[in-house]
Amino acid sequence: MSDTGRGDLLLEVRNLQVHFYLFEGVVQAVNDVSFDVHRGRTLGIIGESGSGKSVSAQSVMGIVPSPPAKQLAGEIRLHRATPDGGIETVDLGRLDPRGQEYRDVRGGEIGMIFQEPMTSFSPLHTVGDQIGEAILLHIPDSTPQSARERTVDLLRRVGIPRPDRAVDAYPHELSGGMRQRAMIAMALSCDPALLIADEPTTALDVTIEAQILELIQELQDDLNMAIIYISHDLAVVGGVADEVMVMYLGLVMEHADAETIFDEPLHPYTRALWQSIPKIDGPLEQLVPISGNIPNPFAVHKGCPFYARCTERIQGVCDESPPPVLEPRQGHTVRCFLYADDVDLASNGATGD
Amino acid sequence: MTASTEVFEEVLVADQAEQDDRFYYASQWSLIWWRFRRHRVAMVSTSLLLLLYVLALLPGFFSPYLPGMRFESYQEAPPVRLYWFDQNPEGGGFIGPHYYGYEKTLNKETFKYEFAPILDNPIKLRLFAPGPEYTIVGDWTSTIHFFGTDVEEAPPFMLFGADRLGRDLLSRTLYGARISLTIGLIGVALSLIMGVILGGISGYFGGLIDEVVQRLIDFLISIPSIPLWMALSAALPRDWPVLKTYFAITIILSILGWTGLARVVRGKLLSLREEDYAMAAKAAGTGERRIIFKHLLPGFTSHLIVTITLMVPNMILAETALSFLGLGIQPPAVSWGTLLQDAQDIVAIAQHPHQLIPAAWVMAAVLLFNNVGDGLRDAADPYSDH
Amino acid sequence: MVAYIVRRSVMLIPILLLISLVSFAIIELPPGDWVTYQIENLRASGIELNEDEAERLVKMYGFDQPAWKRYVRWMRGILFKFNFGWSFQWGKTVNELLGERLPLTLVISISALIVSWIIAIPIGIYSATHQYSVLDYIFTFFGFLGLTIPTFLLAMVLAWYIFKLTEFAPLGLFSIEYMDEPMSMEKFIDMLKHLVLPLIIIGLNGTGALIRVMRGNLLDELKKQYVITARAKGVNEMQLLFKYPVRMSMNPVISTIGWILPGIFSGEVLVSLVLGLQTTGPLLLRAVLAQDMFLAGSIVMILSVLTVIGTLLSDILLAALDPRIRYSAAAAR
Repeated sequence: MSDTGRGDLLLEVRNLQVHFYLFEGVVQAVNDVSFDVHRGRTLGIIGESGSGKSVSAQSVMGIVPSPPAKQLAGEIRLHRATPDGGIETVDLGRLDPRGQEYRDVRGGEIGMIFQEPMTSFSPLHTVGDQIGEAILLHIPDSTPQSARERTVDLLRRVGIPRPDRAVDAYPHELSGGMRQRAMIAMALSCDPALLIADEPTTALDVTIEAQILELIQELQDDLNMAIIYISHDLAVVGGVADEVMVMYLGLVMEHADAETIFDEPLHPYTRALWQSIPKIDGPLEQLVPISGNIPNPFAVHKGCPFYARCTERIQGVCDESPPPVLEPRQGHTVRCFLYADDVDLASNGATGD
Repeated sequence: MTASTEVFEEVLVADQAEQDDRFYYASQWSLIWWRFRRHRVAMVSTSLLLLLYVLALLPGFFSPYLPGMRFESYQEAPPVRLYWFDQNPEGGGFIGPHYYGYEKTLNKETFKYEFAPILDNPIKLRLFAPGPEYTIVGDWTSTIHFFGTDVEEAPPFMLFGADRLGRDLLSRTLYGARISLTIGLIGVALSLIMGVILGGISGYFGGLIDEVVQRLIDFLISIPSIPLWMALSAALPRDWPVLKTYFAITIILSILGWTGLARVVRGKLLSLREEDYAMAAKAAGTGERRIIFKHLLPGFTSHLIVTITLMVPNMILAETALSFLGLGIQPPAVSWGTLLQDAQDIVAIAQHPHQLIPAAWVMAAVLLFNNVGDGLRDAADPYSDH
Repeated sequence: MVAYIVRRSVMLIPILLLISLVSFAIIELPPGDWVTYQIENLRASGIELNEDEAERLVKMYGFDQPAWKRYVRWMRGILFKFNFGWSFQWGKTVNELLGERLPLTLVISISALIVSWIIAIPIGIYSATHQYSVLDYIFTFFGFLGLTIPTFLLAMVLAWYIFKLTEFAPLGLFSIEYMDEPMSMEKFIDMLKHLVLPLIIIGLNGTGALIRVMRGNLLDELKKQYVITARAKGVNEMQLLFKYPVRMSMNPVISTIGWILPGIFSGEVLVSLVLGLQTTGPLLLRAVLAQDMFLAGSIVMILSVLTVIGTLLSDILLAALDPRIRYSAAAAR
């Protein structure tokens, strides 16, 4: 994680911990999550629903619903450009999520695309009004007129036909794909340094998904944006990400650059995930589903949360204490006892009885 | 499935408390009952409501007098107070529940009658005391009252005071409960029949019939209820016997009452028809009728019960309003509404505020029904907030 | 939009027709034909009426003809001559009587509606944004009371209580000392003092319902994705609240007019009676008790038609505020 040669460091998240205090109990949505994001590069976060991938991203945006959520620990350091060309560092975790300073970051330095293009826009306001709102808030000296012109430009740029008319359209007058393009236009409206895409294509058709992915990459190249791309779809993440983080029940299980993690996954969970999807270029082999379900989110685990489903678990070790974060290779971290030196694998056996 | 899955399942079962199991396999009604029992306000309200109905069922037993009995010189007398300690300056000490007779004097300045207790003659009260003969049901009569006094020729013990003609307001309120509390139930029963039939037809057949019924409902909802009820009950001959008027009023009230139920039935039928389990039943070749009765009806009986519970108070109120206006139950029959006729103008209330006591009973009944309905609604909806 | 209004108005025609039929049924409802009844009444009160005159009355009201002809006659009078008929009890035309009473009914009903909105909407917004707070519980409780406590009983209790506390009898529209005076500032203030209580009482029933609707809808809307999207743009919370979710949850509130208005007209009848306001309410009661059916039927009809018009206005308002309704209306064409 100390590799700075990949580009300018934009965002550092350290030991983030977010819990949800619900009526039924406490959900440890994000536990000790750390990652870096660099300008011009894409971090993919993979996980099943409930893995904490979205909450991590929402924490960066400062839009985790609070209450019930509470950020207990962690730093979210944003290294943002100042108007005079320098770099200043703000710890977003310390800002009031509703305050002016955070609101300037939100929609300004960081833009976000959401999963549901159908519900992401207010049905009562025109697309132009809702995109223009962000421009008026963040671009200095903008007027309704200039905001409108900029909105039309943005809509053209994201490939919406007849943008001068689409700007006055209501969301229900656009198709799902067009709405997601408009959503992207909104996220990009103020030239963000970081774009967070939270499952942006999940609700779309496969053909449209490909177009949207292409558009996002194109825009990234043009604007030298950093992207956090969240998905449960391994193929999509594999296609867009430079480095990949695998999450399970609020913990980062494995983190490496995209190529390594796909070719040589270390964590049993990552391996199980890989086996559960078909590969286009690989040999035809039987798909293996991961047995069991994600455990009850309210449960507190003494050991590894994946223990119950793991095929390589070590009884008496994995269920007794939390697994350590190890770095078996340079830049490749994994949270698993299997790679610890002081555990005698042979005497315990590799599988549970 | 490998060995590890089995282990996992063991873990799962071990993880879940037994209570969870009970929860998963409980029937819909046990679930509702459990949730309802936890709703404290609703539970208390249910008990109080049952108590009210017991009172209404046996008004003769619980009231000390008959509703028509007049006590001369007790017109508009204020409530008589119940004492436990002797109030006589010379006496004193605990002598059990008792009261004092009134002395009536005319205040020469205000020209109003004033009532003052005669403190040297305590009249003791006891439970299950003899009193005027009343009918329980049919020819079965009794003279035992819940409370009363053995003293001969005692002045009346009027806990709620007397009305304009010197009749005991407590007895009248209890007798009034009989009509006021049952008219809601019968009116709702009528509405239920109409609502289920029309709503069912509407939701089941759809198409033109549905359209016609829906327009009819739209129309009925757009009519202000009280004016319509007033106009309709105006047509009832004043000389009809009480029972006939009673049923005529319930019919008038249900004319507007069924619309809400019909909407619930239709809405639920329409949405349930689209539910996966109805589809699954259909795909499995189950007949239409079986789908409705076996699969759809249980799906919304709980909603029906909630709607009904919340409708009863509206019916009670409607009857009270009509009788209050002199358009419903006609004297000498007693309902809470007819009792309130005495309290129609504010000057009268200001002088004899105890005339508002029946209003408190109406409000209590309405509030209790609403509490129960609210509790049921929360209990019946498995996905409700709490 | 114009097309939408026209379409909605046309849809009202069958409902208006039904209302007129029901109102006519009310007129015809009392057993026996009422002209005979009225003639007897007139004779009983000592007015000499010979057979010719009696027959003229029967003819005049069409009682020698079938009922549907009388209906057509009555409707024709209303539609073309704006003539609702004759009140025996008052010896005046129904128009005249309604002209005296209807304005006050309208002023009170519409003000009560406005009062209930002014009270309910801010409370609903507060309760939804501060769910499960102490004030939320208090407001919810009072909203529940407003829903359950019968208006006329509340009117009685409150009027008595105010009278007891302040010796001010909130009865009628004016205090006795202003009754015959020309309108002045003092008289106007006196009138407002008299109107406060009925407005609050009549509005209260709707207020309870509105708080529930507003709170429930806003809670739903606050969870919607577009709120999060707007937050992600960096919009200030207050601005966000009013621009998006509050506006969205106003729609169901507006559509409650359709069922709150009949409730207000109903409540107005009883409250006016208790508080002695000279509106159509007491007029209707007297008409009904005296079986003065043209008057009774006309009042029921006018109140129903007013409700229907209120619903139409709320639909139009809804379409003006919500592009989706305009859109689907345009698509339906």
